Amino acid sequence: MNAMTERELSAAAPAKGGRRIGEVVLDVQNITLRFGGVKALTDISFDVREHEVRAIIGPNGAGKSSMLNCINGVYQPQEGKITFRGQTFRHMNSRQVAEMGVARTFQNLALFKGMSVLDNIMTGRNLKMRSSLLAQAFRNPFGIGSGEREELRHREFVEHIIDFLEIQAWRKTPVGRLPYGLQKRVDLGRALAMEPQVLLLDEPMAGMNVEEKQDMSRFILDVNDEFGTTIVLIEHDMGVVMDISDRVVVLDYGKKIGDGTPDEVRSNPEVIRAYLGAEH
Amino acid sequence: MGFFLETLLGGLMVGMLYSLIALGFVLIYKASGVFNFAQGAMVLFAALAMARFSEWIPHWLGFESLLLANLLAFIAAMAVMVLVAWLIERLALSKLVNQEHITLLMATLGITYFLDGLGQTLFGNDIYKIDVGMPKDPVILLESTFEGGVLVSKEDMIAALVAAALVLVLSLFFQKTSTGRALRAVADDHQAAQSIGIPLNRIWVIVWSVAGFAALVAGIIWGSKLGVQFSLSLVALKALPVVILGGLTSVPGAIIGGLLIGVGEKLSEIYLGPLLGGGIEIWFAYVLALVFLLVRPQGLFGEKIIDRV
Repeated sequence: MNAMTERELSAAAPAKGGRRIGEVVLDVQNITLRFGGVKALTDISFDVREHEVRAIIGPNGAGKSSMLNCINGVYQPQEGKITFRGQTFRHMNSRQVAEMGVARTFQNLALFKGMSVLDNIMTGRNLKMRSSLLAQAFRNPFGIGSGEREELRHREFVEHIIDFLEIQAWRKTPVGRLPYGLQKRVDLGRALAMEPQVLLLDEPMAGMNVEEKQDMSRFILDVNDEFGTTIVLIEHDMGVVMDISDRVVVLDYGKKIGDGTPDEVRSNPEVIRAYLGAEH
Repeated sequence: MGFFLETLLGGLMVGMLYSLIALGFVLIYKASGVFNFAQGAMVLFAALAMARFSEWIPHWLGFESLLLANLLAFIAAMAVMVLVAWLIERLALSKLVNQEHITLLMATLGITYFLDGLGQTLFGNDIYKIDVGMPKDPVILLESTFEGGVLVSKEDMIAALVAAALVLVLSLFFQKTSTGRALRAVADDHQAAQSIGIPLNRIWVIVWSVAGFAALVAGIIWGSKLGVQFSLSLVALKALPVVILGGLTSVPGAIIGGLLIGVGEKLSEIYLGPLLGGGIEIWFAYVLALVFLLVRPQGLFGEKIIDRV
């Protein structure tokens, strides 16, 4: 309904502003992360609002991935706190963060290579499966048990995602054999299968050609529009980021040097010096 | 011809038993990337538990039935193996997540000696027997086809069938259930598995329990054949060439590898033995494994080792 018209709008004018952006869902406060004596992040604060596409950009080694890994619970920052929907977490591992409704994709694909596309995405349903691991293990092989019915229900959901990402043709192919761009889509699919509230994308466009980048941008925007998923993405490719993000955080050497709409960031002299100036 | 078939069948059955132990290695390697040196110790530990419980339980509860005693002993021994799995995860593995492989290997080496000692402390260090009512007398098959027929040990045949059934069940478990899928996911990528909410520790307890189950079945079969004693843990050394041959990550590989080695060592002993002076059976498996390491280090069915540079 409403989303549809806005989607058409956003297709017409890529740099869009007023979607149904809500209140702050993810609040990052004064994060400092050290590896031994090296400061990867220094006093970083920013927030993410519901339904928005929030980008974190910066040159190589700026601390983007470290930031994402803090939000994802892979790293535990020494200082500062992260609040997700009013819940503050400091010492959480990625599994607990996943349980709270945060999904992620990986920069260097971390798919389950031996498994088919379908199975890879099915693993994303793991948390949604009600019956216990043991019940699933001993489920009735003739398709009568509740485990089997549940499996079918999840399978249906996963088929939707496969249709959505237009990878029907490779459903049964082991992901290790797919070209890179398609593997990235499977990675996204697996994260989507978790029905996350917040989706963290670690360089979703890295290593892609122009066409693949356009496809991926379209999928990201569609996910945001159709499922209302809040998206935090790290990206190298400035052009793409400016087109699809609502707000952008700029990091350089582990410090925040800019934060605002793409236009604001673009005209920020410090950002130009640190990033655009060096590259363009 | 009858003699050849006899040797071949004998080899296949021994091979099936090797596969059973190799399975334990593969299961744990698949799900945690740990090469579990303690598999042999687990076989001994499980066999000891089984042998002693089947002796103790009728004594404690005051009944005579052999079947019931074996059944209860099996359940008790399985419970012990699950407990062992849980303790290993709690006390060793969970502390060593994301450590070097060599660290984990050393940890399992420590577990090996600990289990060897603990087993003997808890269950005693005599030679015990497991009597699950395996028939000891051989049968003669195909008497009409060949002169003299083919002599087969019934015990070996039953053992091979049990092993085959177990292998089938485990393959189905890995390929068809969602827990199996989660296990394969953990094996492929710990971090990604965690990020989609698969609980690593619970998965590891399950895998070690399943490996404990495989160890228990192997322990019962080998134990009823050879008696339960310390040397049982050395049987696992025969399973090492099997996993190298079949591939560390492949359940079917463990089976084929076991069969190849079982058949290979029997045939070479019989047919090459007279030429080379005998004793081939002892080293055949290891030499075969060495050759495989040179030409196909990932084994017959293992995943190809590709490093992105």
